[in-house]
Amino acid sequence: MRNETVSWLFDMIETENLTRKFGDLTAVDNLTLRVDKGEVFGFLGPNGAGKTTTVRMLCCLISKTSGTARVGDYDVGSRENALKIRKIIGLVPDNVGLYESLTAYENLDYYGTLYRRTNSQRKESNEYFLKLLGLWEKRDSLAGSFSKGMKQKLAIARALVHDPEILFMDEPTANLDPESAKTVREFILELKNQKKTIFLNTHNLDEAQRICDRIGILNTRLMAVGTPEELERSIHGRKTVIQLRQLNEPILDALKKLQVKNMVREGNKVTVDVVNPEEENPGMVDAIVAAGGRIETVTVTSSSLEEAYFKLVRENVK
Amino acid sequence: MTTWIPWMIARKELKVIGRKRSIMFYNVGLPLLVAVVFSLEIKNLTASGIPASLQFGAEFIIYLFVLLATVLPSTIAAYSIVGEKVEKTLEPLLATPTTDDEILLGKGIAAFLLPIISTWAAASIFMAASDFILINAGLGYYYFPNWNAGVMLFLLAPLAGVLSIEVAVLASSKVSDVRGANQIAGLMFIPFILILIAAGEGLFTFNVVNLLIFSGIVSIIDVILSVLNKSTFNREEILTKWK
Repeated sequence: MRNETVSWLFDMIETENLTRKFGDLTAVDNLTLRVDKGEVFGFLGPNGAGKTTTVRMLCCLISKTSGTARVGDYDVGSRENALKIRKIIGLVPDNVGLYESLTAYENLDYYGTLYRRTNSQRKESNEYFLKLLGLWEKRDSLAGSFSKGMKQKLAIARALVHDPEILFMDEPTANLDPESAKTVREFILELKNQKKTIFLNTHNLDEAQRICDRIGILNTRLMAVGTPEELERSIHGRKTVIQLRQLNEPILDALKKLQVKNMVREGNKVTVDVVNPEEENPGMVDAIVAAGGRIETVTVTSSSLEEAYFKLVRENVK
Repeated sequence: MTTWIPWMIARKELKVIGRKRSIMFYNVGLPLLVAVVFSLEIKNLTASGIPASLQFGAEFIIYLFVLLATVLPSTIAAYSIVGEKVEKTLEPLLATPTTDDEILLGKGIAAFLLPIISTWAAASIFMAASDFILINAGLGYYYFPNWNAGVMLFLLAPLAGVLSIEVAVLASSKVSDVRGANQIAGLMFIPFILILIAAGEGLFTFNVVNLLIFSGIVSIIDVILSVLNKSTFNREEILTKWK
């Protein structure tokens, strides 16, 4: 358990029973979570789960119905804090929302102005990001002439022109072709290396698993939160699969004496649930060898993030 | 409110508008066309001497420039707001530390400046051309500028321009395309046309007192709509209730 004082120093986003209702519809229900400084936090959930609503509340674009939220050092809720919060965050919305009749450079420069950056700061950051994202040669081209991938990269650059502490990204790779999506993912990983705090809304499980330090699964309510590995284990735990040359009754009896859980036999293969395979597997191997068995392979498996996700989301629907 | 931010927003708006040929033609070309056409009309009317109805005719034409000021700003204001809504550019804009007032004012400045300046420029061309024609036709004095034209162009036209923008902003919250916003904003053209019809029927006279009263009424409506717009144009409303 983290010390609360330390937690306060390192949490960049904190919500406590954060709720948003639209009339009778509850879009976000009692959301409690923390995102650490420098962490990439993935928010997974189906369409309509409340991911965008959460981001909008945290970006002070819409109000909360109840609960509390803090972004950086500021509580979400007051008009004064809203302006302070917007200064330290960057938002990449699900629609890139670029000014298509402005050039790439003009788009960035305009936003730099809105973030009260000086001329020299804007010039420097515009050039840095356009070069970093491979758009420098296209700086004088209208954003409307860009491909989807280029637009998405420009939208990310736009959200970073003021060097924000926290970056909110809402489905940054949705509707992108695989190559563009890969480019965007690589850029997010680059930002991760720069220790930016990133709050990433996605419904791409593979993306979440590859990029995020921790993942929250939301379906109006927060169903689970943890590292991708923790979420995978949370569903079925881990399993040890032992492949034998010949599986017979004495071997099965030997394993039963160890009181293994959920033993399943399939041909010459036996699968059992394990909590700590490093401690439990040697005992099983010894028992099998003592019973005259010859082991070909021992594999430890866990359920996939996809399985975990679907189980949690479907449980919530029921 | 940071005073220079609205100007930066207005500068961006004008840059975008400057690249939209139809909006530019409408806002710059139309007033110039009116100036040229009615200067030629003055020339035709004075072909056989100074007409007896010179005052009514000249003021009628100046009032046409007021009508332009009631229509043109709404085209830019509607594009500036509904256009952002259609192109999904509002959300990232609203996520910046810019206040609702700064955004609204910036867009208002852009929508106001171009049409009002082009209206003034076109009216000046018309007045100069008319004076030249009238002097040559035998009028012994410069007809323009005069108090009626001054009140119409420098008081009523800007107030009508502001009204046009206010209505366009209100309309923008209810429609999902620029044309729809323009159509709703165009409704405010009606009371201004009614004044023109009333003048034609002899029920209204273009004199300084009447024009000041009319301007006063328009300014009161401007203030009321401005308060309404402040409650309509806020982040929560835009992101959750605007169509």
